Amino acid sequence: MTKSNERKLTIARAMAEATAQEMRIDPSVFVMGEDIGPLGGVYGNTRGLIEEFGAERIRDTPISETAFIGAAVGAAQDGMRPVVELMFVDFFGVCFDAIYNLMAKNVYFSGGNVKVPMVLMTSTGGGYSDGGQHSQCLYGTFAHLPGMKVVAPSNAYDAKGLMTAAMRDDSPVVYMYHKGLQGMGWLGTEAGATVHVPEETYTLEIGKAKVVREGKDVSIVSCGMGVHNALKAAKKLEEQGVSAEVVDLVSLVPLDRDTIRASVAKTGRLIVVDEDYMSYGLSGEIIASVTEHDISVLKAAPKRVAFPDVPIPFARVMEQFCLPNPDKIVAAWDQMQAA
Amino acid sequence: MSPTREEQHWMYRNMVTSRRFEEAIAKIYFEGKSPAFNMANGPIPGEMHLSDGQEPVAVGVCAHLTPEDVVTATHRPHHQAIAKGVDLDKMAAEIFGKKTGLSGGRGGHMHLFDDNVNFACSGIIAQGMGPAVGAALSRKMQGKPGVAVAFVGEGAVNQGGWHEAMNLAAVWNLPFICVVEDNGWGISVAKETASSIGSHADRAAAYGIPGKRIEGNDPYAIFEAAGEAIARARAGEGPSLLECETYRLAGHFMGDAEAYRPEGEKDALFEKDPIPKMRERLLAEGAASEAELNTIEEESAARVDAAIKFARESDDAAPEDALTRVFAA
Repeated sequence: MTKSNERKLTIARAMAEATAQEMRIDPSVFVMGEDIGPLGGVYGNTRGLIEEFGAERIRDTPISETAFIGAAVGAAQDGMRPVVELMFVDFFGVCFDAIYNLMAKNVYFSGGNVKVPMVLMTSTGGGYSDGGQHSQCLYGTFAHLPGMKVVAPSNAYDAKGLMTAAMRDDSPVVYMYHKGLQGMGWLGTEAGATVHVPEETYTLEIGKAKVVREGKDVSIVSCGMGVHNALKAAKKLEEQGVSAEVVDLVSLVPLDRDTIRASVAKTGRLIVVDEDYMSYGLSGEIIASVTEHDISVLKAAPKRVAFPDVPIPFARVMEQFCLPNPDKIVAAWDQMQAA
Repeated sequence: MSPTREEQHWMYRNMVTSRRFEEAIAKIYFEGKSPAFNMANGPIPGEMHLSDGQEPVAVGVCAHLTPEDVVTATHRPHHQAIAKGVDLDKMAAEIFGKKTGLSGGRGGHMHLFDDNVNFACSGIIAQGMGPAVGAALSRKMQGKPGVAVAFVGEGAVNQGGWHEAMNLAAVWNLPFICVVEDNGWGISVAKETASSIGSHADRAAAYGIPGKRIEGNDPYAIFEAAGEAIARARAGEGPSLLECETYRLAGHFMGDAEAYRPEGEKDALFEKDPIPKMRERLLAEGAASEAELNTIEEESAARVDAAIKFARESDDAAPEDALTRVFAA
């Protein structure tokens, strides 16, 4: 059903719109990163901004992530609200000191006397054969370290509200957007991510998960691209007479454990879908959040559909073999029943 | 540019205060750490990096700064903090891990933040470069007055992040000054072992900015060079790089046996201790009387005593407060 007032945007356009709207009302907001100026961001999320705001506030940087992320920390502590882009999350290796030792810790080290209001936007995800240094998610890596809020939108509506909330937050927010959801012409895009986005400014509360599909037999919990896989799996399960609930985490830090627990308490079964590596990560954290709270709600052992603990391979068949997909989620349900 | 009489007194006062502070910390540091030395024990646990001998750099630079200017300092930050005007009571209390400390005990001696005077330091080499460049960018974008100074050691110049930040400051023509405190040693590795050139000031050429090396750990010469660099930054003419020769009269950290030092080096450095040297010069040039210097010394000692007393008498940090202030309120 198409509503006459529907305004479908890609996540990329929703992010750019949120940023533009905030920049119009808050002169302390500015953007810096690689190729975010005339190019508009490799993933389109700053497109159109330099034309409106100029090169002073939409600031292309040298390829110096340590310097410009460190500089964002200093600018944030000095009254600005920088939005910086780490083009691929995989590049964190060259600049993590500025991220987790400065950005994430200076609020605490100052006893709260110093605020670090900055947004670190970074692209995540694979599925398009970009190899093992341009395809990772690393949700667990960032969410593990204290002092950073972490969000990962699955659709354009959430993307806009999260972007505005992130720019208004006095703490650093890592904004992890999935390349496969961005709506870039040259990159395959999940259609479900492009949704109606109101033109007016709004915020989405950071730290609040959403039940995006109600069900009673199993809770499928995920974020970003995984939510779309979960929704597709839920449709397949419905054909088998299984009613699956889908929880979109939206935020990884703070983690909305209440919503996860309430869902699993209702369904009694849990499948976690995570495009990040399996071990020591998001999937284990979600399961622990349920089991350490009340293991008695579970009718079956929880399952995870996550990226195996291998570097991300290049060859299409190898990468697709490793990535989560709806069939794997359905298979996880089947295993749960067989057990 | 030469320092006025008042500026000379200010520099001497801050050098003496810093030295008295380090002497007090050194003494207390060993409380509870004998007969067996265990860094975790005593009223001041953890690593302790003292700045004895390096005071001229801090005062020569900070004499030109106001509270609105931004300073990022190193893991060896006390002299720089004192010269920048960080609250000495709260700083001492932070070093003791007390509730009344700058961050209520969350940071410690390598993580001193005083937002009233825009001072911050950090424990990783060259790490203050990015934030100082960012603060300079912030001032430029906001059209607000103020410059940003990053103090680093000579070892920091071999970090990749140092070069990235220098380039960024230069390409954006920011009001930024990098001050390299060259004490000759990166813990136990001598400068000539680690660096391909003798004067790090030469590296300024790589960024198309002025660079200057100041020999002799001389507060007057540092004052002059820093004054030019800071005036240049204030005038919107961009960043500068200064390398100041200085002397580390202490070990890298408390408990460092310094076996790596050539024999006699330490004794020779003590012969050149910058504080008695400045005292002699003040008297010789008639910039201060014996009575004035005595007063400065007594007041400095009293100031340190009061800060230590404040720290000792303050309540310990509450353990459960560890769980607060991870995010901004």
